[in-house]
Amino acid sequence: MERAAVELVGVTKQFGGDVTAVDNLDLTIRDGEFFSLLGPSGCGKTTTLRMIAGFEFPTEGSVRIHGSEMGLKPPNERPVNTVFQSYALFPHMTVFDNVAFGLEMQKVAKTDVETRVRRVLDQVQLAQRADAKPSQLSGGMQQRVALARALVNEPEVLLLDEPLGALDLKLRQNMQYELKDLQSRVGITFVYVTHDQEEALTMSDRIGVMSHGRLLQVGDSHEIYERPTSRFVADFIGDINLIDGEISGSRSVRLSNGVEVGISAGHPQTGPVTLALRPERLALHPANDPPAQGRNQMKARITRRTYFGDVYFYDVEAGFDHPLEVKEENRPEIGTHAVGDEVTVSWTPDAANLVTD
Amino acid sequence: MTQAPVTPELEKAAERAESRRGFLIGLPASGYLVLFFAIPLALVFVYSFASRSSTGLTVLEDWNLDSYRRLLDPLVVEIFVRSFVLALTTTVICLLASYPFAYYIATRGAALRNVLLILVMIPFWSNFLVRTYAWRVLLGTDGVISQISQAFGGDSIRVLFTPLAVLIGLVYGYLPFMVLPLYAAIERLDWSLVEAARDLYADGWTAFRRVTLPLSMPGVVAGSILVFIPSLGAYVTPAILGGARTVLMGDYIVSQFLAARNWPFGSALSFAVMFVMLIAAMFYFRAGAKTL
Repeated sequence: MERAAVELVGVTKQFGGDVTAVDNLDLTIRDGEFFSLLGPSGCGKTTTLRMIAGFEFPTEGSVRIHGSEMGLKPPNERPVNTVFQSYALFPHMTVFDNVAFGLEMQKVAKTDVETRVRRVLDQVQLAQRADAKPSQLSGGMQQRVALARALVNEPEVLLLDEPLGALDLKLRQNMQYELKDLQSRVGITFVYVTHDQEEALTMSDRIGVMSHGRLLQVGDSHEIYERPTSRFVADFIGDINLIDGEISGSRSVRLSNGVEVGISAGHPQTGPVTLALRPERLALHPANDPPAQGRNQMKARITRRTYFGDVYFYDVEAGFDHPLEVKEENRPEIGTHAVGDEVTVSWTPDAANLVTD
Repeated sequence: MTQAPVTPELEKAAERAESRRGFLIGLPASGYLVLFFAIPLALVFVYSFASRSSTGLTVLEDWNLDSYRRLLDPLVVEIFVRSFVLALTTTVICLLASYPFAYYIATRGAALRNVLLILVMIPFWSNFLVRTYAWRVLLGTDGVISQISQAFGGDSIRVLFTPLAVLIGLVYGYLPFMVLPLYAAIERLDWSLVEAARDLYADGWTAFRRVTLPLSMPGVVAGSILVFIPSLGAYVTPAILGGARTVLMGDYIVSQFLAARNWPFGSALSFAVMFVMLIAAMFYFRAGAKTL
C-alpha cells in the first residue's frame, strides 16, 4: 500500500455562505505521483489547491498531509510549497534572494543557503542570472525561478497553480517535458492545477477532473481519455461524439437514428444511454471498400471536410440531430473523401463508451 | 499613389511637431507657474542680497551676504532646529498612525473602501483656518480635555499655546496627506507576493516586514514628503495654536517681512528653508528608491 501524500476528506468550501466552490470532495494523492486537477475555470480546482497550501480553510471536512491533520495551520507551518500562476516573484529582490527566501525563513545556516540556492539555480539553468531582478528575466526564466524558489525547500508536496499558463506555446511544450523530468528526478509529489487537458494528459500519473466543485473522475491519462464515465469528462477532454440511444439487448444499443450497434460487455445500465465515441476511432469507407465483419457500421454522407495538415476532420451526416465528427490521418494509404460522398462509418464495439449525465 | 519613404528628416520633423504639441498643452500651467512662482521666487532671491537703509527700507544696492551670515545666529539656529524637530515628529506620528489605517482601507471591499476614503477627505471640505480655530476651543483652559481632567478630580489643563498644541494641530492637518499616498501604494500591492512569503515559511509579521512594507515604500516616501515639507514651513497652525512662546520658522519669516521689515533677512531665511527641504527630499527619495 502506497503512502498517501495528501488526503482530502469530505472537503467543502463555501464563500460568503452561498457560493460553494468545492463540494464534498474526497481525494487521495499518492506519495511521489504527478497528480493533476483538471477542469474549466471556476470548477474549484484552484480553491482545492489553496486549501492544501493553507491560503483557504475548508468550511467542512479535513485536509491531511502525510497523515497529519492540517486544520487551521497557516501556510508557513505546512510542508508544502506553491508555484504561483503569476509566479509571484518578489520584485525587490534578486533571483538569488528570491530563491533563498524560504531557507532563510527556516533559519538554515548561511553557508548551506548559499550552496543549496546555487545548486537549484544550476538545475534550472539560471546560475548565471543569480544577481538579476525578476523584471529583467523572460517569462520562461521567471517561471524557472518560481520553480527553483519552491524546490529549494525540498517540500513534501509541491503545488503548482497553472504554472505554464503565461508562456507561449513552444516554451510551454518544452517546460512540460522539463517539469515531468524534474518531478521524476526529485521524486516530490506534484499537485498540478490546469485547465489545459493536453498538459494534464501528457504530464500526469493521474488526473482528477473537476466541474462545479465536484470531482467527477480520477484515473490515469489513459482511463480519463479512453474510459470517461460522464458526459462532462468525455466532452471536456479531447473531441468526442455523444450519441443518444437506448439499451436494446445485453450487448447492444439502439441509437437515435434507429441503427442498432454492438457494445462491449459489462454495462449495467438499462433504458436511455449516451454513447461516447472519439473521432479518431471512427473510420470512413467508400462504397467499394466495405468495413470488416464485426464492426459497427452505418450509412452516412460527408458534409464538411477540414484540413489540419496532419489530419482531416470530416463532418458526416448519419441521421442524428448533429453531424458526427471523424478524424482521419493524412496518409496516402488512407483515402480522402469529398463533401457529398456517400460513405459507411464504422467502429469496433469496444471503441464506444457509455457515459452518464 | 505611392507613399513617401520614411526618411530620418521626416522622423525628425514628426518629433518636432510632437514636442511642439506638448509645449502648447503645457503652456497654461507652465505660464501660470512662471508668472506667479518663478518670478516672485527670483525676486526673493535678489532681495536676499540687498541691504537696508537707516529707516528700514530695502535698498537694491550695496549687494552683500549679511543676511546669510545672520542665519548662523544661535537664535535663528534654535528656531530652525525646533521647527525641524517638530516637522520630523509630525511626519513620524502621521506615518505611524496612517499606515495601519491605510492598510485597513486598502484591504476592505470596494464599497466600504470608498466610504472610508471619503471620510478621509471630508475635512478638506471645510476651511483649514476654521478647523484650526476649533482646536483652540478643544485645547484651551475651558476645553474638552481640561473638563475631562477636572471631572476626574484633576487640575485644569491648558494645552493651547504649547508646542504640543502645535504638534496636535499639524498632525491633524496633514494626516490625510499621509493616508492617501499610503493607501494608493498598498492598494496596488500584488497580494500573491504576501501569500508567496507565507508559503515560504514567513510568519505574518515577517511577511509584512520583508514584502508588504518594502513594496509600499513609494507611498511612505511620498506621504512623508507631503507632510514634512509643509510642516517645516507651517505658519497658520503655529500662529493660532502655538502662541508667542514657541516661535517656529514660518512665524519667524513672516515677522521678518512684516514686523521687523527686514526683507533681505526674511528672503535669506526662506531660501535656507527651501534648501534644507530640497536636500531632505533628495536623501529621502534616494533611500526610498533603493528598496525597490
